[in-house]
Amino acid sequence: MTTTTQFDTLPERAEIQRGLVAVAMSGGVDSSTVPALLQEQGRPVVGLTMQLWNQRRLPELQGDGPAQHRCCSLDDVYDAKAVAQHLKFPHYVVNFEKQFEERVVRPFVDQYLSGRTPIACTNCNTDVKFEPLLRMARQIGAERLATGHYARIRKNDSTGRWELLRARDETKDQSYFLWGLSQEQLSRSEFPLGELTKDEVRAVARRAKLPVAEKPESMELCFVPNGNYVQFIQAYSRESGISLQGGAGEIVTGNGELIGRHNGVHEFTIGQRKGLGFAVGKPLYVLSIDQKQNRVVVGDDNALRTTAFEIENVNWVSCEKPQAPLHGSVKIRHKHEPAPAKIEPLDSSRVRVTFDAPQRAITPGQAAVFYDGDRVLGGGWIR
Amino acid sequence: MNRVYLDFNATTPVEPEVLDAMLPYFSAEFGNAASIHTPGQNARAAVETAREQVAALIGARAQEIVFTSGGTESDNHVIFGIVAQPILAVHEQEPSKHVITTAIEHEAVLNACQALEKEGVAVTYLPVNGNGLVDIDHLRAAIRPQTVLITVMHANNELGTVQPMEEIGRIARARDIYFHTDAVQSAGKLAIDVNALQVDLLSLSGHKFYAPKGVGAVYIRSGTHLRQLLYGGHHQRGFRPGTENVAGVVGLGKAAEIARNSLAEDAQRISTLRDELEGGLLQRIPQSRANGSAAPRTPNTTNLLFPGIEGEALLIALDLKGLACSTGAACSSGAVEPSHVLTAIGLPPEEARASLRFSLGRHTTRQEIEFALQVVPAAVEQLRDLSPTYRRVAEAR
Repeated sequence: MTTTTQFDTLPERAEIQRGLVAVAMSGGVDSSTVPALLQEQGRPVVGLTMQLWNQRRLPELQGDGPAQHRCCSLDDVYDAKAVAQHLKFPHYVVNFEKQFEERVVRPFVDQYLSGRTPIACTNCNTDVKFEPLLRMARQIGAERLATGHYARIRKNDSTGRWELLRARDETKDQSYFLWGLSQEQLSRSEFPLGELTKDEVRAVARRAKLPVAEKPESMELCFVPNGNYVQFIQAYSRESGISLQGGAGEIVTGNGELIGRHNGVHEFTIGQRKGLGFAVGKPLYVLSIDQKQNRVVVGDDNALRTTAFEIENVNWVSCEKPQAPLHGSVKIRHKHEPAPAKIEPLDSSRVRVTFDAPQRAITPGQAAVFYDGDRVLGGGWIR
Repeated sequence: MNRVYLDFNATTPVEPEVLDAMLPYFSAEFGNAASIHTPGQNARAAVETAREQVAALIGARAQEIVFTSGGTESDNHVIFGIVAQPILAVHEQEPSKHVITTAIEHEAVLNACQALEKEGVAVTYLPVNGNGLVDIDHLRAAIRPQTVLITVMHANNELGTVQPMEEIGRIARARDIYFHTDAVQSAGKLAIDVNALQVDLLSLSGHKFYAPKGVGAVYIRSGTHLRQLLYGGHHQRGFRPGTENVAGVVGLGKAAEIARNSLAEDAQRISTLRDELEGGLLQRIPQSRANGSAAPRTPNTTNLLFPGIEGEALLIALDLKGLACSTGAACSSGAVEPSHVLTAIGLPPEEARASLRFSLGRHTTRQEIEFALQVVPAAVEQLRDLSPTYRRVAEAR
């Protein structure tokens, strides 16, 4: 009995399939359902999983062993590969550790140490997922990149602009994290889950018999094990030789009255409730963080509600930068109901937002995203 | 999809003749080679025949061949075994034992040496020049009274570079130092005579020359003292316990025999095709360069630099078109660090990351080379178009 070798004949065509779509796959149910949907439409797919963060780099955070189902854990990569094997499309792991550290992790730590509350996911979208990953997709022959984001994109033929819209399922909408995308990036992206509810997505996953159909969702920051970002900041700062800025400092009231001490401004965020209420008879909340004086300022609930603020690095998405102030709904946190506000461009990259009614805990470092109904007009970072 | 495979340094298919030779030992002749009864004796005979075949490939005697699970185990056997003789721990007053190796060894050797360093052994990693060659004078100068082992790979897996083995062997012999070579990439491609090379120890691995994965051998010159790595039964004179992988060993032997008989002719044919591939790509792709091509090389390897692209992206693009090759060594795929071999020959990180290795096999055809000559330049062009940093340089022709 003899066998033949597997390379007896040459590939018939060396061309990449036309219309090839790259899919960003995290190993989770959402991004795994995307290729199933695309294949149902008869479109050829290639899966890409990004290697972003080496979990073994900060061993003190490992706890009982390598984190399961954490960003870039082997489990997640294997899950993505299992889906690719099942649906029979090629899949590759691509390494963007350097870019992720430079553009997501390091800014995340720096922001916290400056007393701001950053959103890593937005930086990842704007500067990693839709930049080097999108470029990689094009380099390997896929003209478009599809992701599992709950959001929608459409081309407005009368304005000529690519518009970003909320997902149909408002409870899952992730448009808040996508305000940084350029027209170029939007023109090459697709969000197949934007018209579906979470339940419908799971139904598709089950129908396609995906190995991950019953996998639970992961809600935390992908690179922070156990959601303990304070521990992460400390471990990362130690490993990278970053000093923890001011270290311990004062907690004061709005009048400057000293009422306590803290161990680092990075442990606080605006609106956070301190356990000092007992001493003064009412709950106190973090109002602001003064990085220069290394102080945390607290006050009561009323003081936490403000109306006007400025944002910077504004990106206009569904419309061009307006010449005059306009009115829209502005969202200042992922879990915040967009509230009516006046949106006033100040110069090329700054905007002043004035809410019709005071909103709670407007937080520097977070994003303000402006909506006109379902359309994301634009967004920027809260100063 | 049908594929063109140009990654034979990563692994090779099992030759049909080799598979045929192995098959009886899975079912019909399944005996344990250590058993006293007839089935055992039959297996034993097959193992000993294979031992002779492997020995013949490298000019050794059968009793000097020990079968292992592959190149990595063989390397570890030698490095820990020689240094450990008689005792690994270094006493306070004693100067550390010393090992000399090179900066371009396979990780099996490098990591073993690094582990020894943690135990107090001194290791010199000789640098290489821009073509991947060790400097003999450097080597000579690095020798100390405490040097117990020189380990230098015969041929490098990424570049194909062949070291000046006879010269090194002469120096080692003159200074009475054990000389080991990792011949994983050279066995079956280059003629090897352990006496001409004056090596005392040699590692080889089956799956690089058309035998199955998971089997290899270590050559140990008679009279060499080294400590065993594994403890257990009395197999292989008690030196390397573990029931022999009879079928694998039989395959290794058969593949060694085939290689010995076809080596010269293969080398001629393959190097011609390799030169066509290398020359053709250098000509069609502006600013491309061959890494390490000015040194003696194995006949099948070419490592090419394509400035302005990310090797990872090119690799994937080629794979999607049906061409398989590699960036650096297979075992470090997905790593963020650029190849230590390319770094050692002086390539800056962006050039190391823009390099690809093509390695041909015994059955590679001219058509496959032509396919590569068509597909690779187009892919590099496409990547360069999309590169934010690549700038076309007008060529002087």
